[in-house]
Amino acid sequence: MSTAIELRGVEKSFGVTKVIQNVSLTVAQGERHALIGPNGAGKSTLFNLISGYMTPSAGSILLRDQTISGLRPYQINRRGLSRSFQVTNVFANMTVWENLRCAVLWATGHRYAFWKNVDKLPEVRQRTAEILQDIHLVGRRDVPAGLLTYAEQRALEIGITIAGGADVILLDEPTAGMSHAETERAVELIRRLTEGRTLLIVEHDMSVVFGLADRISVLVYGQIIASGTPEEIRGNPKVKEAYLGEEAA
Amino acid sequence: MRDLAATAAPPLPALADKLKFYAIWVVVALVLLLLPKLFATGGSLTTFSLIGISIIFALSYNILLGQTGMLSFGHAVYYGLGGFLAIHAINIIGANKWPIPLPLVPLIGGVTGLFFAALIGWVSTQRSGTAFAMISLGLAELVASSALILRTFFGGEAGVSANRTKLLKVFGFNFGPQIQIYYLVAAWTLIAVIAMYALTRTPLGRMCNAVRDNPERVQFVGYDPHVVRYLAFCFAGFFAGIAGSLAAINFEIANSAYLGAVQSGTVLFAAYIGGIGFFIGPIVGAIFVTVLSLGLSDLTTVWQLYFGLFFIAVVMFAPGGITGLLMMHRPLIKAGMLTRMLPSYLIALLPTLALITGLMLAIETTVHYTVNPGEDPHVKAFGIPFNAASSITWLVAAALIVGGFALARISWRRTAHVWDETLTAARAKVHAT
Ligand SMILES: Nc1ncnc2c1ncn2[C@@H]1O[C@H](COP(=O)(O)OP(=O)(O)OP(=O)(O)O)[C@@H](O)[C@H]1O
Ligand SMILES: [Mg+2]
Repeated sequence: MSTAIELRGVEKSFGVTKVIQNVSLTVAQGERHALIGPNGAGKSTLFNLISGYMTPSAGSILLRDQTISGLRPYQINRRGLSRSFQVTNVFANMTVWENLRCAVLWATGHRYAFWKNVDKLPEVRQRTAEILQDIHLVGRRDVPAGLLTYAEQRALEIGITIAGGADVILLDEPTAGMSHAETERAVELIRRLTEGRTLLIVEHDMSVVFGLADRISVLVYGQIIASGTPEEIRGNPKVKEAYLGEEAA
Repeated sequence: MRDLAATAAPPLPALADKLKFYAIWVVVALVLLLLPKLFATGGSLTTFSLIGISIIFALSYNILLGQTGMLSFGHAVYYGLGGFLAIHAINIIGANKWPIPLPLVPLIGGVTGLFFAALIGWVSTQRSGTAFAMISLGLAELVASSALILRTFFGGEAGVSANRTKLLKVFGFNFGPQIQIYYLVAAWTLIAVIAMYALTRTPLGRMCNAVRDNPERVQFVGYDPHVVRYLAFCFAGFFAGIAGSLAAINFEIANSAYLGAVQSGTVLFAAYIGGIGFFIGPIVGAIFVTVLSLGLSDLTTVWQLYFGLFFIAVVMFAPGGITGLLMMHRPLIKAGMLTRMLPSYLIALLPTLALITGLMLAIETTVHYTVNPGEDPHVKAFGIPFNAASSITWLVAAALIVGGFALARISWRRTAHVWDETLTAARAKVHAT
């Protein structure tokens, strides 16, 4: 199987504190890979490094065997990697429809066009409508994103992330702060929307992780202490000690 | 593939809506055509021309501020350079007898604005927010000061003048009389407004809004916010150049004031006072500011002071500008409940007017004592004579300010209360139907 994402000896320091230490990680194409670990372990930082928001202090990051470390976020996005944010990060003054459409425009090749009427592009309308339907926000189409409920905003966050059609998706705690019912719906959504794509997901809810992931990596204090199938991780004593505790025992 | 666009997407405008939309532009064109028939004096034609120019300029500014979220303190640079190039172009075309008529000269100004925006913008749009604002200010100072140094091109203090009637005639127009200039400006205003409106509806226009809202996230949907800002900047420069060259044609002169800080400040005022959150905001603001500055300067010597105070009041109490205030009332109008607000407005307006009158009296008295203290204290402001030396005047001013302020505070609070209730009722009513 070919690899989607590969990290080789990646490090990241903020000043004197090394937040990511010598992380090597491989995510295969089409795999759903969960990244777990305690608060402050560096999971979001790792996402920031992969998505180009930050540049690693050392090591290299590859997307489908091509180096992407050092590229700008939009360059990485154009190569087919898209990410969501732990803290909702949408276009608050624009409607749900406009939010999703912004995420569709580049991928449909309209780029910086200033000679086309954006409302009349059939493939943009079609694709935006599909995503809108997928994230169950048809009824909220014309509401400014800032006025949505928390769960709706999280759904929109996922919608924007997948709208461009990227085949490598990074989701940072998509269900954080959701009720049990909302979480179930969100997981169903994620499962469906990432069908046939590569998914790297940060998640604290262990039932979500073990239900969704093909493989799991555990990050503690900026280091990957274990990587394997859900069964391997469940049985790993080091993981139990450092993170899972009694929870998964 | 599912055909969802039909159900989930916003409906495409129906034929009736489209016709309505085009009808608006036709009506606007007709109004522009007939305006000189209603107000035929040379003075009003000049006013209309100036309004048209400032509409283009303010809208071009709003491509930056309102659409893309870039606060520029130096937009007059592109206006001014467009103006200078237009004047030089008129002179060169006239001297060489080239077959280029005057109506095409604004295009030269526009391309000039575009050229310099493309040159300067690549650097200044690297950053947004405060950094962009500071760079724009610095560059504006740079260009304004070089205008006084490079005398051959900018003409020093006096500026450069030209004779617009020396160019190729079109349909017998030589563009000497003001009425012909009015029509020239009106035509360009209509074209520029339509073009800038269309720009807001394009992929680039929408990504400008996205960059304004959240430049960080834009990067993660494939867009380089720098390029978006840069392109917006180029368009803004282009239309500013058109406005500047129309001004140059109107006055037959371009001087360093065209590119100065005052001009840059005025366009910010106009756009903001009108309301940067709406496409028509800067149009409203441009009309308002032009009429006000022409009118006020006849009535009082310190009109810029009033202007500044008014601007502060808008920023503090109506950040959406005039258009924002009007648009706020849309839900009430829809529910037919606007009349419920009128009594409160009238009650609040009285003490507010008293406060304003008191302030004006105090300002004009102070101006008398600071600017020309030796002169006769029987002065006139806004056409009303009063005695600046009389203690009665001072007492009246003080009473109006103190009493007006206290009552205005109370009555506006009440109004706000009534507003909340009315809005809630209006929403409920619209929902119910
Ligand atoms: N820009 C930054 N500058 C300095 N320190 C940072 C920065 N970003 C993150 N950190 C630090 O790096 C460490 C890892 O943070 P990160 O957000 O990656 O953790 P996380 O695993 O995502 O945690 P959580 O589960 O709480 O989201 C934390 O100690 C954090 O304070
Ligand atoms: Mg995190």
